Amino acid sequence: MATLTRRDFLKLTGVSAGTLALSELGFNLAQAAQVQQTLRIAGATQSHSVCPYCAVGCALVAYTRKEADGTVRLLQIEGDPDSPVNEGRLCPKGATALQLATSTRRVEHPMYRAPGAASWQTVSWDFVLNKLAQNIKATRDRTFVAVDDKGNVVNRTEGLAFAGGAAFSSEEGYFATKVMRGLGTVYIEQQARV
Amino acid sequence: MTNHWRDIKNADLILINGANPAEAHPVGFQWFMRAKLDPQRGPGQGGGAKIIHADPRFSRTSAVADIYLRIRPGTDIAYFGGLINYVIQNNLFHDEYVKHYTNASFIVKDGFGFTDGLFTGYDPKRRAYDTSTWNYDADAKGFAKRDLTLQHPRSVFQLMKAHYARYTPEMVSSITGIPQQDFLRVAQMVGEMGRPEKVMTIVYAVGLTHHTTGGQLIRSGAVLQLLLGNMGRPGGGMNAERGHANIQGNTDHAISWEILPGYLRIPAPGQKNLDDYVKQSAPKKSDPNSWNFFGTNYRKFMVSLLKGWYGDAATKDNEFAFDYIPKPAGNSSWMSIYDQALRGKMEGVILSGMTATSIGPDSTQVMQALANLKWLVVMDAFPTTSSEFWHGPGMDPVKVQTEVFLLPCTHWIEKDGSFVNSGRWSQWKDQVIPPQGDARHDHWIMADLFSRIKALYQKDGGKFPDPIMHLTMHYKDPMKPELDEIAQEINGRDLTTGKRLATFAALKDDGTTTAGDWIYTGSYPEAGNLMKRRAGVQDPAKNDPTGMGFYPNWAWSWPLNRRVMYNRASADLEGKPWDPTRPGIQWNGTKWVGDVPDYPPTMNPKDPKAWLPFIMNGEGVGRMFSNSMVDGPLPEHYEPVEAPIENPLHPQVSANPVAFLYDKAAGRANRFGTADEFPVVATTYRLTEHEHYITQQVPHLVQLQPEAFVEIPQGLADSKGIKNGDMVRVRSKRAAIEVRAIVTKRVGQVEVGGKKVWQVGIPIHWGFVGISAEMHPEKSQRWLANSLTPFVGDANARTPEFKAFLVNVEKV
Repeated sequence: MATLTRRDFLKLTGVSAGTLALSELGFNLAQAAQVQQTLRIAGATQSHSVCPYCAVGCALVAYTRKEADGTVRLLQIEGDPDSPVNEGRLCPKGATALQLATSTRRVEHPMYRAPGAASWQTVSWDFVLNKLAQNIKATRDRTFVAVDDKGNVVNRTEGLAFAGGAAFSSEEGYFATKVMRGLGTVYIEQQARV
Repeated sequence: MTNHWRDIKNADLILINGANPAEAHPVGFQWFMRAKLDPQRGPGQGGGAKIIHADPRFSRTSAVADIYLRIRPGTDIAYFGGLINYVIQNNLFHDEYVKHYTNASFIVKDGFGFTDGLFTGYDPKRRAYDTSTWNYDADAKGFAKRDLTLQHPRSVFQLMKAHYARYTPEMVSSITGIPQQDFLRVAQMVGEMGRPEKVMTIVYAVGLTHHTTGGQLIRSGAVLQLLLGNMGRPGGGMNAERGHANIQGNTDHAISWEILPGYLRIPAPGQKNLDDYVKQSAPKKSDPNSWNFFGTNYRKFMVSLLKGWYGDAATKDNEFAFDYIPKPAGNSSWMSIYDQALRGKMEGVILSGMTATSIGPDSTQVMQALANLKWLVVMDAFPTTSSEFWHGPGMDPVKVQTEVFLLPCTHWIEKDGSFVNSGRWSQWKDQVIPPQGDARHDHWIMADLFSRIKALYQKDGGKFPDPIMHLTMHYKDPMKPELDEIAQEINGRDLTTGKRLATFAALKDDGTTTAGDWIYTGSYPEAGNLMKRRAGVQDPAKNDPTGMGFYPNWAWSWPLNRRVMYNRASADLEGKPWDPTRPGIQWNGTKWVGDVPDYPPTMNPKDPKAWLPFIMNGEGVGRMFSNSMVDGPLPEHYEPVEAPIENPLHPQVSANPVAFLYDKAAGRANRFGTADEFPVVATTYRLTEHEHYITQQVPHLVQLQPEAFVEIPQGLADSKGIKNGDMVRVRSKRAAIEVRAIVTKRVGQVEVGGKKVWQVGIPIHWGFVGISAEMHPEKSQRWLANSLTPFVGDANARTPEFKAFLVNVEKV
């Protein structure tokens, strides 16, 4: 079995299942599992993704189906058998990625906690974005150093820090760097050091 | 990684330090096992690669290793130093490689020295070195003098030989706790890897980096690899596993205080123009045959970046808007953010997909820092211990005046874009499903915020708005840039033709090219997005033509789709592979073939003017001695800041003399413990079933690993009356946690400095937020592993010392 890849497995079960030994129950369990699997993803759209956890970079195949009401349902995530990195394999985290992707535990709306308040309040995107834009501008204007005490032009914002994004897409990360440096931010960090 | 995951199957010997790939990178670990099961690999006559696992904890990696070494955390420099000494003393190094591909032959200036734990130039008041004596003896042209016989007493080779002579097997054992006979068994195998037809890889993770000597820990492995001639070769290299899906891509794109995209240095105060900047930042050519590719082209990469960011506002006359780039006053890394907040100098922090509290170090102090802010933004898919810090353990919400925002953000699968794995493979992913609920993409939030900030400056004015006004937003919808558009911007263009570039060799310093990140130039040429390529193992004969596992048409790897970095060093002076069965690149008489060469593709190696192999370094060769580190040109063992013994090499300079002590520098009270009160060595780690803190939101994974615990050795547990499953208190100088005891032989005792020391292990995953926390609302208040860890940074990189600190353990 050590050399049987998922691709081989699919070939065996799909093309020549009849040649496999039957189980003692009188039917082929592998075939039954394959039928169940096939039904689950029958007619589904296949997309390609990459595991969101560690940095091995296991390639994923994700199956979705458009429901009658127009919503898209994520049916299944599995290892991509074509990948030279994982050859279809996944660890327990990657194998449960579906539970991370769609969850009833997600933050649903922007939330705001006022100074000294004991609870969150649900607010609108406009509320948080306007308030934050004002906060960032105020902090920048209060803590901006155009010329340091030695007379060097430094144009930096000292009172603002940005950290994040080891699960950003690279392009998002690049964009974050660009915007934050544009605002004069010097305290920029991500997960690399910690 | 200098190499990549699949390449590990090419190794004969695999050293694993500060890592547990079987559990933390299980799917990547298949390549270790392929090497082990391949009869053509291995020392001697083969029969399978050998795996050596040096780790304080016996894990599933140790279970399949050929030799397991129980090492005391934070002492791997002594281990690698001992191996360096063994290889030199027994003449087992790769002679030709060492002479021609490393700086072993370079002569160091007179005046350099190392005495009683200190290199020359130390200033105890500043806790810093003047590194001017750590330089080469140069001729009038600035080129280093060399002695290819390696006999000159001030040659790097002789200095190294003397430096590491102190690292005898006895000394190694006394520092690390590794029994001498085990160390010598490993040393014999490692020594064999200096033969040209053999190759060894070193694989590591944060068990090496999270120390006050983190940078030098990695360097000590790299020095050993250079001595053995294993850098640049398939099956060789220094390979960091890395722990997050896109930590590599976002390091490359410089979400990091000290760099700009593509590892260009952030400009420093006092640099008035590009000339100053390049002069102080770029590597300098120190040998006539050194190409010094990075140094030579530094200005082109920087100008292309500035041109990309500031467009028409970046002109020759204004130094391409060099003034717009902020210049930090000093270190602005992770701990510095919270240090500034504790000093009352930080107003606002934006955490996007990252939590401050659980990461720490010293979570209690970090929460105090967050409480000192005016405002905090958490952008995430789930609540975190940072978004909830104001009602976390020990916090009184009424007293916390920080305004907190929690913004629902999309997951990886709700957006496209690339993830770069630790092997530098940039793999494009699809948007599979639409955003859930009200969630928005992080970059759309930033674009929207930026546009609102810009509007405020336009309306009300404010401090120096120019960089904000001129930052390019050349996207179809500047409020909603597409990641595909950004990927094209990163790749860069020729502004005279409008075409995307295929290589960074085409970048110019006259303002006619752009590149958001020069190391990604070529990822998205006119031919299309190469990161989407999918020619994988469905057809190995076609897709892996060299049979070495490069798969050049699967995704795209930086730089220039090269799969093994420094691969010129995989072939000898004439261009023949050191091991013909495992070629990286080779000279076929007219050009280099194999992997994408890390070298001019048609440069004849027999040409006397041919460039030296390491084209990115000023020296053109690998640096075993380097003046680029702030704590010494050669790695030296220093004890962790909290250590059970004094340094056996030099007790008077026990810990790293230039480690950065934040609390001391700020005048805050001491938060370090000592061995008399905290006699047990602790380290932290991950489990297979969790990834940092986000998996506390995933039901299946919480079911598999439901509750915080500490691994305690049997003997220590017996002496304290602790039984498996008991609740125990683990206390450091900073805090205490209360978790279940797992009494086990996986962790144990080491004998170091003549003293027997117990070691315990603490997984990092639990806190007061998530499914487990909701099931145990009271208990989970005392679960934060990083409330125990010390707030102290590595001298070079300021990585916290998460992996070696002192605690005591008692039954609750």
